[in-house]
Parts: sequence; C-alpha cells; structure tokens
Amino acid sequence: MSTTLKNTLLFALVGALILLTGVMQSWNSALLILNMGLISAIMAIGVNLQWGFAGLFNVGVMGFVALGGLAVVLVSEPPVTEAWAAGGMRIVLGLLLGAATVVAAVLVNTRMPAGRLRVAVMIAVLIGGFFLYRGVFDPGVDAVEQVNAAASGFLGGLGLPVLLAWPAGGLLAAGAAWLIGKTALGLRSDYLAIATLGIAEIIIAVMKNEDWLARGVKNVVGLPRPLPFEIDLQNDPGFVERAVSLGIDPVTASTLYVKLGYSVLFLVVLLVLLWMAQMALKSPWGRMMRAIRDNEVAAEAMGKDVTRRHLHVFVLGSAICGIAGAMMTTLDGQLTPGSYQPLRFTFLVWVMVIVGGSGNNLGAVLGGFLIWLLWVQVEPIGLFLMQVMTSGLAEDSALRAHMLDSAAHMRLFTMGLILLLVLRFSPRGLIPEK
Amino acid sequence: MDFLNAIVALSNFVLIPAIAYGSQLALGALGVTLIYGILRFSNFAHGDTMAFGSMVTVLVTWWFQSMGISFGPLPTALLALPFGILGCMALVLITDRAVYRFYREQKAKPVILVIVSMGVMFILNGVVRFIIGPDDQRFADGERFIISARDFKEMTGLSEGLAIKTTQGITVVVAVVAVVLLFWFLNRTRTGKSMRAYSDNEDLALLSGINPERVVMYTWLIVAALATVAGTLYGLDKSFKPFVYFQLLLPIFAAAIVGGLGSPLGAIAGGFVIAFSEVTITYAWKKVLVYLLPDALEPSGLVQLLSTDYKFAVSFVILLIVLLFRPTGLFRGKSV
Amino acid sequence: MSGGYENRSNKDATITNTVGKGEFDPHPGTGHPMDTAEAFLVGDSMTGGYGKGPDILHDCTLSVNPGEIAVIVGPNGAGKSTAMKAVFGMLDLRQGSVRLDGEDITNLSPQDRVVRGMGFVPQNNNIFTSLTVEENLEMGAFIRRDDFRETLAQIYDLFPILKDKRRQAAGELSGGQRQQVAVGRALMTQPKVLMLDEPTAGVSPIVMDELFDRIIEVSRTGIPILMVEQNARQALEIADRGYVLVQGANAYTGTGKQLLADPDVRKSFLGG
Repeated sequence: MSTTLKNTLLFALVGALILLTGVMQSWNSALLILNMGLISAIMAIGVNLQWGFAGLFNVGVMGFVALGGLAVVLVSEPPVTEAWAAGGMRIVLGLLLGAATVVAAVLVNTRMPAGRLRVAVMIAVLIGGFFLYRGVFDPGVDAVEQVNAAASGFLGGLGLPVLLAWPAGGLLAAGAAWLIGKTALGLRSDYLAIATLGIAEIIIAVMKNEDWLARGVKNVVGLPRPLPFEIDLQNDPGFVERAVSLGIDPVTASTLYVKLGYSVLFLVVLLVLLWMAQMALKSPWGRMMRAIRDNEVAAEAMGKDVTRRHLHVFVLGSAICGIAGAMMTTLDGQLTPGSYQPLRFTFLVWVMVIVGGSGNNLGAVLGGFLIWLLWVQVEPIGLFLMQVMTSGLAEDSALRAHMLDSAAHMRLFTMGLILLLVLRFSPRGLIPEK
Repeated sequence: MDFLNAIVALSNFVLIPAIAYGSQLALGALGVTLIYGILRFSNFAHGDTMAFGSMVTVLVTWWFQSMGISFGPLPTALLALPFGILGCMALVLITDRAVYRFYREQKAKPVILVIVSMGVMFILNGVVRFIIGPDDQRFADGERFIISARDFKEMTGLSEGLAIKTTQGITVVVAVVAVVLLFWFLNRTRTGKSMRAYSDNEDLALLSGINPERVVMYTWLIVAALATVAGTLYGLDKSFKPFVYFQLLLPIFAAAIVGGLGSPLGAIAGGFVIAFSEVTITYAWKKVLVYLLPDALEPSGLVQLLSTDYKFAVSFVILLIVLLFRPTGLFRGKSV
Repeated sequence: MSGGYENRSNKDATITNTVGKGEFDPHPGTGHPMDTAEAFLVGDSMTGGYGKGPDILHDCTLSVNPGEIAVIVGPNGAGKSTAMKAVFGMLDLRQGSVRLDGEDITNLSPQDRVVRGMGFVPQNNNIFTSLTVEENLEMGAFIRRDDFRETLAQIYDLFPILKDKRRQAAGELSGGQRQQVAVGRALMTQPKVLMLDEPTAGVSPIVMDELFDRIIEVSRTGIPILMVEQNARQALEIADRGYVLVQGANAYTGTGKQLLADPDVRKSFLGG
C-alpha cells in the first residue's frame, strides 16, 4: 500500500468516525468534536515544530494556550473606562517600574565588575525596586478591582474585532516564549523541560490571581464572537424560512450554522498554518533544523548558531499554540483560567504528536483529530463498558455504583495506554517522518 | 517578651511548617534523583507513584479503622504504611517489567524513557482516580497535636501560641529514619555500593560483574518506599488529593535540580531550600514584625511578598537562580 | 524497529542523564570453535569488526603465557585496541577463536570472561570516580562471594599509595594513581590473565616509568599480562612477546628485544 493511500485512508477513517458520531449521537456533538479537533491539530503542529523538527522538549504547552486565551479578552473585550480612571494608570506605571527593576538588575549584573559590591547593589536594586513596584501597583489593583466587582472589576480590553485576537494570541505567546527561550535556551540549552513546566504553572497562577487583568477565577464570560448568536438567527425570519425549507428545526439549524461557521474559520487557519509548516519543513531552514536535531555537535562545528535556531523554532511553535489557544477561547466564548490542566493541555497534545508521528506535519494533524475524538468518546464508551461489565451485579451494589462513577476517569488511563502502545509498537507514529 | 513572642510566631508559622514540608519534598526528590542516577531519566510519573502508594495506605488505613485497629495517639496510617509501600513496590516492579525494561534492552535514548514515563503518568493518574476518586480524602486520626497553641500559651505565658501537629512531628521523625536507612544502605552495603558504582560507570560495573537488572530492581524498590512514605506524610499533613501529587512534581524536580540531580545529599538540601523559600516568601510577616518593630513603624499591610498562589513561581525562580549561578546544583550532581 | 528510538538527539541533561551510561555492546563469538597452538591465552586467527561494519581485524593472532608480558604495538589505527577487545569479546568475530587455559571462550560474553578469570582495564573511564579507592577495589571483587581481604592487602602492598588514599574519592586522584586504582580493581578478582588497554595514555614520562615498574611487579606474581601500548619503544623493552599490528593484521612478531633490534621495525615504527 502506498504511503499516500495509507495516509488518505487514515484521515478517511477519522472522518468516518466523526460522521458516525453525528449519526449515532448528534450532529452538534460531531461538529464540536470537529472544531476542537481542528484546534487540537493546530496545537499539535506547534508542538511538532518544536519536538519533531528541532527536538526541543517543551512541556509548557498549557501556558502558551492560556496566553492565547488571555489575548482574546485583552483584544476583544470593551475597555472598562471607570476601572482605567480608578487605577489603570497606576497599574501600568507599577508594571513599568517592575520591568525597570528587572532591567536595572540585569544591567548591574552585566555592566558592573564582579564582586561584593555588585552583589550588594544588585540586592539593593531588587529589594528597593520590589517595594517601589508594590507600593505603586497594589493600590491601583485594589482600586480597579473595586469597580463593579461583581460584574467587572478588571481593566477590560481594547474592544477590537475578536478575529484580531487570534494573531494577537500568537504574538503574546511568542513574546512569552522569547523571554523563556532567552533565559532557558540562551543560558543552557538543556533546562527547557523543567523550565517550561514551571512557566506554564506560573502563567496559569498569574491568570488565576490577577483579577484586574482578566477577572481571575471569576472568569470572563460572554466574549464577543466572530459569528452571529444562535438566538439572533432564530429571530431572523429569513434564516428560519431557509431552515424550514431544508427540513430542519430552526433551533438546531442555528446551532449547526454557528458551529459550521467556526469549522470553516478554523479550517482556514489550519490549512494556512499547515501549508506554512510544510513549506518550512522543505525549505533550507527546515533541513537545517533537522540537521541540528540529529547531530547538534556536528551542526555547531559547521558554524550553525544552534541556540539561535532553537530560539526561532521555540518562539514559532509557541506562537502556533497561542493562536490555537485564542481560537479555543473564542469557540468557548469565555475565559476560565481554572480549567487549564497540564494533563489536558500539555501532555495530551504530546500524545497527539507522538501518536500521529513526530516530525511529520500531516501526522500531527491526524494525531490531533484522532486523539481528541478518543478523548471525547472514551467516556461514553467507558460508561457503556462499565454497564456491561457490572450488569451481573445487583442494582444497588456499591461496587457497581463505584465503577459507574469512575468511568469518567477511563480517559486518562486510555490516553496513557495509547501512548505506550504506540511508543512500543510503532515508535515513529501513524504517519512517520519521511 | 516581644522578642520571644516574635520567635514563637516565626517558629509556629514558618519554621515548623517549612521543616515538615521540606522533609516531604526531600523524600520525593530523593526518589527522582535515584531514578535519574541509575535509570538515567527524569521520571514524570513520580508524583503519581507517590499518589498510588499513598492511596494504598489510605485504603488500608480505612480498613484498619473499620476493624477498630488503631495506633493509640499516633495515626493509624503509620500501621498501614508498610502495606502501602508493598503495594507501591508491586506497582513499580510491574511497570518496570511491562514498560521500561523493553526500552532498556533496546538501548533507547533516555528522552524516549521520559516520554514513556509521561504515558505511565497518565495511566497511574487514571488508575488512582478510578480507584479512590479525584476528591479530597481524610485519613488522619489519633492525637491532633503534640503541643496545641493553647497549652503552649498556658505553659509559657506568652501571647503567641506554638502548635506542633502530630503529623509534623511524625513527618520529621520518619523522614530522618528513612534518610539514615537510605544512606546506610548506599554507603555501607554491597548492593548499595553496586548501585552507586552502576550509576557512576555502567560499563565498568558490567565488567565488575554487577547485574544491571538487579541494580534497577533495587532502585525501584527503594524509590517505591520513598515515594510512598513521602506521599503518605504529605497526605497526613495536608490531605490526600490525587491531583495535588501531580502538582508536587514541579517543586520536587526543583528540589532535585537545586540540590544537584543524581546527588542524594543534594536532594535533601534542595527539598529544604525550596520549602523554606516557598513558606517565607508567601508568609504574611506582619504577625512577626508587630512584635519586633516599634509601634510607629508597625506595618499596615500583611507584609506578604507574594500571595500563596504563587508558590510555584517561588520554586521556579530559585531553580532559575541556581541554574544561572551554579548549574550543577548545590551538590555537584550529574546535570553538567 | 529500533531505528525509531534513535532519531532525537535531545541533550536535555535535566530530564535525561547520560553520564556513566554504558556504551559497549557485547559481541561474542563466531559460533565455530577452532583448534590453535598451545598457550595460556590465545586470540587465534581473529577476523571481525564492530556490528555489521567492515572487518577491522584480519587473521590476527595474539597469545601470552604465565609470567610473561605481551605487548601490542603499531601505528595509529592499526587495530591494537580492537584486537584486545576481540580477545575480551567486545567485537563481532567472523572467524578465529579465543582460548583461555585450554578452554574455548570464543562464545562467552565479556562478563562471563571476567568470571572465567580475565581481568580487563579499559583505556578510558576505568574507575568509579565518585566511589572511594577502597570501594573501587571492593567493586572489583563484586563477583567473589569469599573473603577478599587478603587480596585487598596484596593490592595495597603492590600499590602502597592506594592504601594511603583509600578513603578518598578515586576521581580526586592524579592520572597515574587512577591507573593504579584501575589495575588494582581488575586484580581484585584474582584473574588468571590481565589485559591493559594503553595504561600509560596521557600520563607524564616519569609516571609512565613508574607504571611500567608496577606492571612488571604484577607480572612477577605470575599473572600473564597482555597490553596495548602507544609508547612502543619503552613497552617493547619490558615485553617478553611483542606484536606489531598493521591494518589489523600481524606484521612482526617476536620477543621485545628481537623487535627492538629488527631494522624494519625500527625504521617503520620506532623512528629509526
């Protein structure tokens, strides 16, 4: 069987499974799986760029995805003018002071001769800067958070169209990745894994606690959408008429219409990014990246600036994760920092890449769809299996109740099992690197 | 008197919790560092190994409690601990046989083992949640305090109370015993020395007739014991919740790296460095400063450097500082 | 399939630890025993290379008897170390045999050869740097279940400096002292034959002389010694047998004195 045929069949299989979901469950869930599958595929492309092309072990995907989500709030929410008046400038000034402190400390470290004096000055700058920053920043935060605390209490965003948030999410993630890469890659290329794991947790911690930024765990709901609301469609006589003429209930039709709209938007983004990633892979740049990955020492000896290349690819891959994160938050219509879990947003994406085939963009896309589909469907299948397995037990048996309750946790188990099976029996993934 | 009060407040809110937490982290970091030293990869499943061992302990504890077995003033969990360790040992040996051994025979790159450990992490996470559920579980019993704040105040007449929880005392005692046993084993026994030799130079160890599979087996057994003890102590001190153990991965790794990966002594030091930094930086110092400063200078705020939600940031920043200025860790580890 | 596990060269020392990771693959045997001349240790007509790669050795024969020092010399890339590794079972032999004390050991793994009485000191990484000197020696005796204190005392007699430094980490010692630890570790099994791969690589001339003296002392205890040497002249001076290898084959064989006197050998390998 030729590779092209095999790959086509694999994609067709996933497509058929999604269609099966539509027939067996509902078209709404099928479209939901499709949409999240598209987003997962984009995340997988980002991670594949880092791991598959460059061998960078980034386990901070969650952080970049969350930053993308934050970008949606910052770009599309209308600004809260009272909050800006109350303390917005103070917060900005505080942040600038904080940044200035860090810059000053870095300058002290690089410009002054080493010795006791440098350490003393450095500590003085850091401590002084910290208290100055807190002194300016804290009152501003208090003032902002007091403005209509129940419904708002944050600075809001720029009030721009929400689609702009997608590239903005990529930029935000890229900026963070650049900072992280500069410290973790620039100093020693090898501390990336633990560094990214930590950074992701810190990003989530910031988003949960800095209420002035995006309301923290109080969540921002009702984000603007690029597509009309279902209720508006249902009130639109033209739409209702067309739905009826197609023989679909207008309510269902409106939900399907919106979801399909998202699918089209996401598909466009996926195709553009996939095309770019494929071009990058085939370009001299991509060949060089893989050469570095396969033999860092030789590449370095040939005069390649390995750290710089790693920084490029790290920033690019993280930016793609950021875009995907922004798209996901747009789809959800809300930002809920509490819902970001490393197992779901970092390690699951890794499973997608490994299962799909690291080093192959099509593989990553396939992995994204397939693993997401399984992630969603394992729960009902697990429940079904549990019902079958426990059908012999008495109706009120405690064991039975426990097994049925626990079916929800089958997901993690299944994902681990799939990862291990693929690593063992097909370590290059479903669509291996050429 | 104010000075004494300040010291008591400091001990009560900073020193004692940090010592207990540090012991728990140190035990966890020892497990990570041993795997790194002998099997040569970072075990991302370590947090979930701890959760599994603790889960077995919790289940056995409940069973003992239901049968009316208790350990007097001490928590019943201590009686159940050996069973937890045995359960965890069985788990890691099965995992090694079913999963990791294959990759050793293939001489796979260590980074593949790291990814494999991610798979194991998922599975263990699922198993633990499947068996005991994702929620908080209470299993501590026995006497709650060695000294309660009220008793201490009555005894000393100070206005600050000093409370030492039984679990904190037990944590420190058990951790010391475990560490002493571990170092005795590594430095004094033939098997322990062979483990160190294997970690140092695998080829030469083979030439010396050291059986790598035996070394690996002993390593897993020790790691299982350490992980279960660490997890159970943490669960007793705080509470048992599967997800929390997964999150402990970051401070545990930070402790192991700060101390110098592959160095057992470093893991212990790293555990305390991380714990003390976390607690001091996220503690509201007002309570202590009130006693020390004259009234005029009394702080108006809480004097808390960072909110407790940023404790991850603390471990991370310390990690970064150590990497910047002493990349091999406090004790020269293997991460050069 | 194993190809799938090699395609990422991740250098992340935080998550993976390659320090001290083993590199050798045992490749014992041809599967065909062969009859060879009488000698205590013989590597007879050995032909082979690493893995499926090209042959490095071509019909190469080495042997050594008790009380003797046999030295392998030759130009760079002649396959000196490879020949010794072949005797120790770290090469894929396609032809030839290795016999120890009349027994065919061609098909044994290196570890099994250690059990049969071969002591091997590799050229690099030949001590446990983080263990103390005494622990290094103890690890040398790992396969012995009997009381090895006597052997330990003998080794301290042979290398008195090691006794002074026995509580010190072996990695803190000087180059010459490390080599003594390495030889001592190999002697702890009370081997029937000792093989040294370039024991004087990277030490100063004075230390080299001292090491050669020690090696002669070891040889006087009756243990046959087979060693590879870069410093051909000095090595041949103490050699009872000398093998000059060129491109993996025996070029000249004789006693050390004969080889030193041979004008061809002098011209080609000893610089006149």
